[in-house]
Amino acid sequence: MPAVLVFCEVQDNKLKKASREALSIGRKLAEGAGVDLVAFATDRAAAGDAGRYGAKRLYVAGTGSYNTETYTAAMQAAIERASASVVLLGGTSNGRDLAPRLAARLNAGVASDVDRLEWTGGKLRARRPVYSGKAFATVEIIGTPAIATTRINAFPAEESGGAAAEIVEIEAPLDSKTKVVETKVAESGELSIAEADIIVSGGRGLKEGANFSLIRDLAHAIGGAVGASRATVDAGWIDHQHQVGQTGRVVSPNLYIAAGVSGAIQHLAGMSTSKHIVAINKDPEAPIFRIADLGVVGDLFTIVPALTEEVKKAKAH
Amino acid sequence: MNSVVCIAQVPDTETRIKIGGDGRHIDETGIKYIVSPFDEYALEEAIRLKEKQGGDVTVLGFGPDRVQQALRESLARGATKAVHVNGDSGEADSLGIAKVLAAVIRTVPHDLVFFGKQGVGTDNSLVGPMVAELLGYPQINVVTHLEAAEGKVTAYREIEGAEEVIEAAMPAIITAQKGLNEPRYASLKGIMAAKKIVIETKSLADFGLADSDVLNQRVTVVSLELPPEKTGGRKIDGADPAAAAKEIVRYIKEEAKAL
Repeated sequence: MPAVLVFCEVQDNKLKKASREALSIGRKLAEGAGVDLVAFATDRAAAGDAGRYGAKRLYVAGTGSYNTETYTAAMQAAIERASASVVLLGGTSNGRDLAPRLAARLNAGVASDVDRLEWTGGKLRARRPVYSGKAFATVEIIGTPAIATTRINAFPAEESGGAAAEIVEIEAPLDSKTKVVETKVAESGELSIAEADIIVSGGRGLKEGANFSLIRDLAHAIGGAVGASRATVDAGWIDHQHQVGQTGRVVSPNLYIAAGVSGAIQHLAGMSTSKHIVAINKDPEAPIFRIADLGVVGDLFTIVPALTEEVKKAKAH
Repeated sequence: MNSVVCIAQVPDTETRIKIGGDGRHIDETGIKYIVSPFDEYALEEAIRLKEKQGGDVTVLGFGPDRVQQALRESLARGATKAVHVNGDSGEADSLGIAKVLAAVIRTVPHDLVFFGKQGVGTDNSLVGPMVAELLGYPQINVVTHLEAAEGKVTAYREIEGAEEVIEAAMPAIITAQKGLNEPRYASLKGIMAAKKIVIETKSLADFGLADSDVLNQRVTVVSLELPPEKTGGRKIDGADPAAAAKEIVRYIKEEAKAL
């Protein structure tokens, strides 16, 4: 019986947000096609959460921590066992590393970084950004399984309140030509723009790298990640991991606050799908105002600190 | 230490994208093509390995005539050989493209095969890992640092909030992330030297592939759209920062519901 299989990752004993989002859209697809939603993980602890998000079964392989080859083999075994016709992976680093490997192994179609998914006319249809978000392509995947990686924050995570998923143990080969020798955790422990619900971005209007402290203070106060324009990254003011837009990331947070960002086409393309956009810029003609829901024409050096104070006050209540 | 670097051509980053008449492709009129930015990091790394350890850097491109220009630029920066598979790559999906590249790579001596982590055209981030699977090679993706010697490659893979240090036996696939290195510009000497290097031009048939192998797509484009024009935004005067801050917080609380 065909099923929708969702690749799940566990962190701190719970499912990652990306996994919960993928399960949620997976459940909608499964219900639409009249098939089961099932999940895969390498940790039995996922069974409770997976069930809460609608998965009937959790396929578990004792594969240990992420390794491209062993996870490809394990997912392949799960796909066969579940007779999965659709395979979804949240767009985490591991999901994005694994999906194309799986697709090539199974001679299957795959769409990456999708923000819309539907099962229509017996095929999986997906929308994804192209040209760094300057356009969107609607694609159809032919054959089974049809594989997709979902953009984080694009699909809401919604519980359906089911019982814990039934665990099905699967076997998979453990040989691999790669070995993770060490994991160097980033010192700052900052929230990643790829996963954040709120992003506060700084642009060239900050005038110098040290002024990113204004952005960091606001991001910290509001519980968001720090984003950056390409110009600031190229100037060496901040690391490329914060870059939004072309050669950075396409992001879809709930709230995007841009301070001193003019809104070059390459930047706009990377954040235009944000649900709520606030822009602060002293130039009333700045292109960013074309897509801002709330544009504030003024001096970021006074407005951003004032905003940080107001946010702290609002949170204190 | 031989490397192959797969080069993708993409529209210049300043390009305003327009949708073509068929609603499924971009309008290519007047578009200036460049080497995909992430491929530049890949190429630079391969050239640095050649400078330290000797060997060849072969750049490889699949696509129409204009791909030759991207290969010529890469030779000018320091690649030593180039192969152009001339064909209509525009209708192929990532797996189709991967099949072509894998077939070519098998004929070129290599220890490492480099890709940019994504081509900033279709932004799929799929071809590199697919080629790795087709060749049965280990892959290390989104690489920010690399060392290669004596049959082994050690690379830093960028993941959320960390870097994994990964070792793999060569031959291996590497996809390059921004920050791996600082790509060089072509020198005049390099440009002159590149003119003398013959770009090998091949067709799919030279590798035993028929159009149907490559164009038998699993993923088809139904339509291409520009992002919708945003409406309903409003602008306020920020001359009084405290008042502006209060208004922003009101918006965030009531409309974004993020406070």
